[in-house]
Amino acid sequence: MKAWFAQHGNALRNAWRRLIAAPLNTLLSLLVIGIGLTLPAAGYILLDNLRIIGQGLSGSQQISVFLTLDAGRKDVAELESRLKDSKPGDWRFVSRDEALRRLQNIEGMADIVAGLSRNPLPDAFVIEPKDSSPEALERWRQTFAGWPKVAHVQLDSAWVRRFDAFLRLAKLAVTLLAGIFAAGLVAVTFNTIRLQVLANADEIEVARLIGATDGFIHRPFYYFGALQGGLGGLLAALLVKLGMGLLAGPASELSALYGGLFQLQGPNALHVLGLTLLGGLLGWLGAQISVTLSLRQIG
Amino acid sequence: MIVASGLTKRYPSGYEALREVSFQIPDGRMVFITGHSGAGKTTLVKLLCAIERPTAGSLVVKGQNIASLGKSAIPYLRRNFGMVFQDQKLLFDRSVLDNVLLPLHIVGLTGKEAQRRAQAALDKVGLLSREKAEPIALSGGEQQKLAIARAVVNRPTILLADEPTGNLDMQSASDILQIFHAFNQVGVTVVIATHDTHWIETYKPQVLNLNRGRLTA
Repeated sequence: MKAWFAQHGNALRNAWRRLIAAPLNTLLSLLVIGIGLTLPAAGYILLDNLRIIGQGLSGSQQISVFLTLDAGRKDVAELESRLKDSKPGDWRFVSRDEALRRLQNIEGMADIVAGLSRNPLPDAFVIEPKDSSPEALERWRQTFAGWPKVAHVQLDSAWVRRFDAFLRLAKLAVTLLAGIFAAGLVAVTFNTIRLQVLANADEIEVARLIGATDGFIHRPFYYFGALQGGLGGLLAALLVKLGMGLLAGPASELSALYGGLFQLQGPNALHVLGLTLLGGLLGWLGAQISVTLSLRQIG
Repeated sequence: MIVASGLTKRYPSGYEALREVSFQIPDGRMVFITGHSGAGKTTLVKLLCAIERPTAGSLVVKGQNIASLGKSAIPYLRRNFGMVFQDQKLLFDRSVLDNVLLPLHIVGLTGKEAQRRAQAALDKVGLLSREKAEPIALSGGEQQKLAIARAVVNRPTILLADEPTGNLDMQSASDILQIFHAFNQVGVTVVIATHDTHWIETYKPQVLNLNRGRLTA
């Protein structure tokens, strides 16, 4: 076990030495990786901010279930029973008389309502679902529409669905972008490691001849890839933080003009850690592919 | 103990480097593999340390048959050997001491203990005062001594050398063989492939003489 730790420690030190031995090359590689990861990371964080804005604007979602005009007390009781059983969330019954009274209280509507020969409004239930996601709202709409004596179900969340669809599309685009840049990171690491393997071909040959295992030979390159990728990820996190810092002031000002208190949420510690780990993982992957293929090439 | 039985090596081109070679090398023996260029000496050395595999026959080293040894077991087999090559295969981008430390790092030994053992190995071959030097600054004989220090630092039971004196003057060659002999005196099996037969009288080793891939003595 002690030997295992010693070998890994040695490989890590070896990788670090290689990294700092060519500072300009390392800096350029880190910039390529950092900028490559910055774009999708910034995209994700901006979308996350948009999602928060969307949640703030939509407030609580309501579904209005209007009954047919011939629905009686028995029908209302039946629907109340169904609502109790299916537990969609908070709900209240608005009778047709109450609805008419509310209409009368609206400025300018009293005369119009007084002129009506009979109450044209139906009984209704107003439901505030616990789950206000567009999918859940749509599911409830379909359920309520299938119940007896229901004439119409009104869901005022079309824009929420559109906004959600936009977010999903944007998220997919960012994911595709992230995939492309991740492949770029793997390619950058692949090339760096390939050059290193070729430059260290003599050392590898000697090490093999005197009893080095594949693990011993591969390990410093893996650590190099992971270190380079991890530092690139950290650089990306810092660049995103810097960008968000610059945007935060103007975004708050814009929000204030619309009477909001929105604050742009920058990358938090978890985002920084995630980006660093992701960079490290992709670097390790690039190194693994490169070492396997390059060592096969040099025999 | 090294036991070869009907050992044959044929290369893909059809060239037969060794043909039905059989011998035994007991532990602690000093052995010279002799013969002219192309006799099969280097092929035999390569087979002993599993750089090449036999086409036919068996070669058992430390209880393991090279012919059927798994790929993952080869590094561990090689750790039983100290290998010295004619071209030394030194790492010229690191110091003398770092060259000797490499085999220790491979087995997971680092720190002061590794340094102490590497310095002891350099001391045995008379290079301790040059530990910080770069190999390029050493003479041919000193480079070969450095290769020996690297070969013995892990305390191998078998020292295997392919033409270790091939590029050296008489005095340096004599120094190198003295070092090999000293290790043999403390129980290390020493196998040296050489075309230079006049050292046989001096050290009276077991001789495996090859001629066109066949054992003649």
